[in-house]
Amino acid sequence: MSVNQKSNWELLKNGMFGENTIFRMAISLCPSIAVTNGLQNGVALGIAVMFVQTMVNVTVSLIRSFIHPKIRIPIFMLIIAGYVTIIDMLMSTYARPIYKEIGLYIQIIVAFASIFARAEVFASKNKLVPSFFDGLGMGIGFLLAMVVISFFRELLGKGELWGISLVSGNPLLIMILPAGGFMAVGLLMGFFNWVDMKFFGGKGASGV
Amino acid sequence: MDFGNLFELVVAASLINNFVFTRFLGLCIFFGVSKKMETAVGMSITFTMVMVVSAALSWVVLTQIMQENSLYEGSPDLTFLKIIIFIGIVAAFVQSADTIMKKVSPTLYYKLGVYLALITTNCIILAVPLINAGENYGFFESIAFGLGSGLGFALALVIMASIREKLEVADVPAPFKGLPISFIIAGLIALAFTGFSGLITL
Repeated sequence: MSVNQKSNWELLKNGMFGENTIFRMAISLCPSIAVTNGLQNGVALGIAVMFVQTMVNVTVSLIRSFIHPKIRIPIFMLIIAGYVTIIDMLMSTYARPIYKEIGLYIQIIVAFASIFARAEVFASKNKLVPSFFDGLGMGIGFLLAMVVISFFRELLGKGELWGISLVSGNPLLIMILPAGGFMAVGLLMGFFNWVDMKFFGGKGASGV
Repeated sequence: MDFGNLFELVVAASLINNFVFTRFLGLCIFFGVSKKMETAVGMSITFTMVMVVSAALSWVVLTQIMQENSLYEGSPDLTFLKIIIFIGIVAAFVQSADTIMKKVSPTLYYKLGVYLALITTNCIILAVPLINAGENYGFFESIAFGLGSGLGFALALVIMASIREKLEVADVPAPFKGLPISFIIAGLIALAFTGFSGLITL
């Protein structure tokens, strides 16, 4: 039944680097800019996505033989929306201050292409354990990207990390403005492409 | 109904709080279809229409069915299900529009059908009903907000597409080709759009 013979570690690594949602696949970009003006927000959304991605993969993989292929899209949507509602409620209760800032983006996780894509491409064809690791790897990859982007934006834009002030003096205000978000992602994406071309002989992932 | 208010809402949603440049929603589609002017225009038209209708539909469902005591005396409060229900409404509407258009107007379907299928993966389509619900907008306000955000998205797409068409012939460093440079351009446009803030104080 299993199409994929990769080990669990390889699956994790694939999600984290090889097919990193944001830098390599260039999907689910909206939150990568919207909530990365602070490390806390970025990590919170990253964890939420990781949870939803893993649970959706597990659920889809468990019930894959019961889903008729013709109605799989609405079914996947329902599963995703269910888990997003759970994390939405959990966060609005236990992480109130962060939720006030990024609440809308938590709800928008439903429309993330990456989660749907993994359910469709991987979990609906593979057994429970590989699906779990694939989801976890994708989730960690997303979290990593969020951490990298928000690290630079918070450090340069506010001179602080995790709300703790590190650098005194005038910060680069543009980095926490919307414009800075686009530029940070663009520059980082270019940098990773450069590393890939220079050291690994890849062609760079220009995505779309 | 105060038309001044509605107009303000449209301007605010399209220029000041432009979804792409200040709220960062719909970026996948924004970068995906802004390569050619023709596709950008097709997407803009389809998107604005779907946006208005789905804003209206979800307002009706929210206030007439989901809220407490709205359907009949003592009907339960279902607003906690709004994520699931809104995505369902949008998906069902897009699917039916697709089917109807194919039957009624094949030429229009041939031109715009492709974009219709893409729209369900656009986060703005879900964000607008959610914001409408959060702000407690009335019926016409919801429609105005939907129209404004649709127009704002269309504006962003057209600007971006016209720049990217020129970019095809530009000499960009290899690692920045394609998406990275588009991001940086989007950053510059976003910087220009910050100039609109303060145009209207709501």
